[in-house]
Amino acid sequence: MSYTLLTLVAIALTVAMDMKVLRTRLLTRKVFWTSYAIILFFQLITNWWLTSNLIVSYSEDFIIGARIAAAPIEDLGFGFALVTNVMALWVYWGRRGSFR
Amino acid sequence: MLAFTIVASFWLEIVLKVRVLARIRRAFAAILPVAVVFLIWVFYAVNQGHWSYDIKQTLGVTGPLGVPLEEFLFFLIVPIAAIMTIEAVRRVKRHWIVGDEDGGL
Repeated sequence: MSYTLLTLVAIALTVAMDMKVLRTRLLTRKVFWTSYAIILFFQLITNWWLTSNLIVSYSEDFIIGARIAAAPIEDLGFGFALVTNVMALWVYWGRRGSFR
Repeated sequence: MLAFTIVASFWLEIVLKVRVLARIRRAFAAILPVAVVFLIWVFYAVNQGHWSYDIKQTLGVTGPLGVPLEEFLFFLIVPIAAIMTIEAVRRVKRHWIVGDEDGGL
């Protein structure tokens, strides 16, 4: 599978996790989108750093080719899926009161 | 990059008292399952040649498939920073619903 397809699958699974599986519904909340905007700002800085310095290099064969801050646009999906699932699980465990 | 992420987020623990490190077991419970899935993704991607690392620009410690130590730490540091971010927004916007209010703490 290409990085592009994997990213789209990850976004779809993330939406399903938040809305249907964990039922945390973070994607409907202002607190999430405000947090994500902050995270995205910093992701663009670190993506640019890692990619423009060739610390991480991406093959052109597995991406559509659009780049933002030097990194493939797919990276935004990767980052979104990562932080959204973590935040949703954080809220899930908090709601259950499992770790008091 | 990891040091930058730590500096840019961990001050929230002290200044805004987000209490993420103070609730580290809950944080690990949120991070571990996600980190495992994403590391599988990383191994697949590296194996397929989606991306590669310049080992000369890393500490030089590598795991399976030559994945540098920093990539493993990435899936610890970035999630902690993300949780600190949402908790910091909550501290500033106290009337915004997060969804875990019924669970206490």
